[in-house]
Amino acid sequence: MADEPGANVATTTDLEAAAGPSASLATGKPVSTTNLTFANIKHGGDRSFRAGAIAAAVIVVLLVLFVGIFLAVIATPSLRHDTVNFFTSTLWNVGADAPLQFGIAGLLWTTALTSVVAMVLAVPIAVGTALLVTQYVPGRIGSTIGFVIDLLAAVPSIIFGLWGLKLLGPFLGPFYDWLQRTLGWIPLFGKGVESTGNVLTASIVLAIMILPIVSAMSRDVFAQTPRDHMEAALALGATKWEMIRIAVIPYGRSGVIAASMLGLGRALGETIAVMIILSQTNSAGINVSLFAGGETFASKIANNAQEFDSPAKTGAYIAAGLILFVVTFAVNAIARVVADRKVS
Amino acid sequence: MSSTTTTLAAPRGGRRATDAIIRGLVYLSAIVAIIPLVWILVSIVTTGLPAILSASWWTQDLAGTTDRKAGGGALHAIIGTLEIGLVTAVVAVPIAVMGAIFLIEYARGTRWARIVSFMVDILSGIPSIVAALFIYTLMITLLGLGRSAIAASLALVLLMLPTVLRSTEEMLKLVPDSLREASYALGIPKWKTVVDVVIPTAFSGIATGVILGLARVMGETAPLLILVAYARNLYLSPATSNMGTLPTMINSGRNVAETLPGYERVWGAALTLIILVMGLNLLARGIARASRLKDR
Repeated sequence: MADEPGANVATTTDLEAAAGPSASLATGKPVSTTNLTFANIKHGGDRSFRAGAIAAAVIVVLLVLFVGIFLAVIATPSLRHDTVNFFTSTLWNVGADAPLQFGIAGLLWTTALTSVVAMVLAVPIAVGTALLVTQYVPGRIGSTIGFVIDLLAAVPSIIFGLWGLKLLGPFLGPFYDWLQRTLGWIPLFGKGVESTGNVLTASIVLAIMILPIVSAMSRDVFAQTPRDHMEAALALGATKWEMIRIAVIPYGRSGVIAASMLGLGRALGETIAVMIILSQTNSAGINVSLFAGGETFASKIANNAQEFDSPAKTGAYIAAGLILFVVTFAVNAIARVVADRKVS
Repeated sequence: MSSTTTTLAAPRGGRRATDAIIRGLVYLSAIVAIIPLVWILVSIVTTGLPAILSASWWTQDLAGTTDRKAGGGALHAIIGTLEIGLVTAVVAVPIAVMGAIFLIEYARGTRWARIVSFMVDILSGIPSIVAALFIYTLMITLLGLGRSAIAASLALVLLMLPTVLRSTEEMLKLVPDSLREASYALGIPKWKTVVDVVIPTAFSGIATGVILGLARVMGETAPLLILVAYARNLYLSPATSNMGTLPTMINSGRNVAETLPGYERVWGAALTLIILVMGLNLLARGIARASRLKDR
């Protein structure tokens, strides 16, 4: 019985300390029970809810860090036993009986080529659609066109792959033959694989896949062009295109660059569409032609997903995944920095 | 003086031609952008429609059939896709919503918010194959577990999380501070304000984000390829190592010859997947539009 008053005193002091200066005004006066209960509930519920929100944020941050750390840790033993230069070799012999030989030069080339060609094809079209929707036919028709282009983003990548493999590739076959005959003296258009599953088909499909991303972001920045700038240009006698060149494009440039970088990041990491379309070639070395087959980081890993049987072998593929992670991380970080610069 | 005015009112020659050419190119770009969508939709509907119109498509799996044998259905793949999507959402949505609450209600404008926000951007840029490899190293290499549908769901969580978090964040931003202040003035604690005032106000927007995130992960293939084996039979347990899904059903049949019955089933699976994913997308847009109209 003697303990109880003491316990009560302790509770009151705790609360006063926790509640801060406003509660200390009340010191000396009797604190009503209602207030005590109220303060207690508020404190406990708020604290655990806040803890939940912080935990979720911590999970997000840790996930990103763990992706990098885990891939690096698992890849390290294989990288250590790699008998060729990881960055400059085009070999990929990861069988159990022979010494490990794997390098990413070939993967890096095909990944970069498909993505860059995709970006070169997609960005002008995306900017064109964004200008159409914001400057030429704003309003209901414009937003309908925007909506239809956005629907492209909803098409799953496996379906783009199936379409590229079965329909687009064969359809473009004769055009490829003509292009190869006419421009074959340029290495980029040199002899490649027999099938139409070449880098160019993969690039075109990737371009269609990143188009809605670049288009939507460009639309957003173009729509924010200050009206005064546009009206000032028109008042000086500029044609529509001159107005766009003077007012709209300079204002939206960094936004378009950021959008293109995000599109590039998406293209670099796209897996299944590229895996289905690109013919794998057995020859080591790099064929620089757009008509060559090959494998990207992502398609290499996905193609061999069922063969992760020994740690050494798995480590080699995870090393490739690590490089892909680092590259996409860098591209996305640059996109973010460019996008932020626009605001300031 | 008058000649200047004429030039201003109606630009002539080169300037006018450039303007017309650019106008033509801009219209052309929209046509070029829309052709692939129409082409894809038309070819999938025409090739895949016969397969999905048969009753067995929705009621049977592919047990006992081969690519050379007609019949069977996609029940195993439809159930698999829905189940993996559901498990993914159950894990991802609470983390995403709480993360958004952290960014808007607790850390708005602070350095912590910028750090977390940056990480969300990076997470949304992570390729699906990298997310799959991460879960592979975590669950299979380190923890020694086998491949399973749950592992595939966890990899998809990494892809769904940033989508839902961002859209929830945008919606919470739109909730006017006056609502929060009114609630505080009534003596309601902060967490109850968030749960009973802020979230209900933003609910339709959050639902839109969840549905769009779901549509995105249901169409993903790469994590399924690495983390769960394709099965032609119906398996219900998420712990199973084999499970059919629509994307992997398409992938496993992609080299079937055009003359075989299995070829039609591949396009049938593609059509089913498109209906599912596009349906979810249109539903999300419908909800967004309906709530916008209500606000007016």
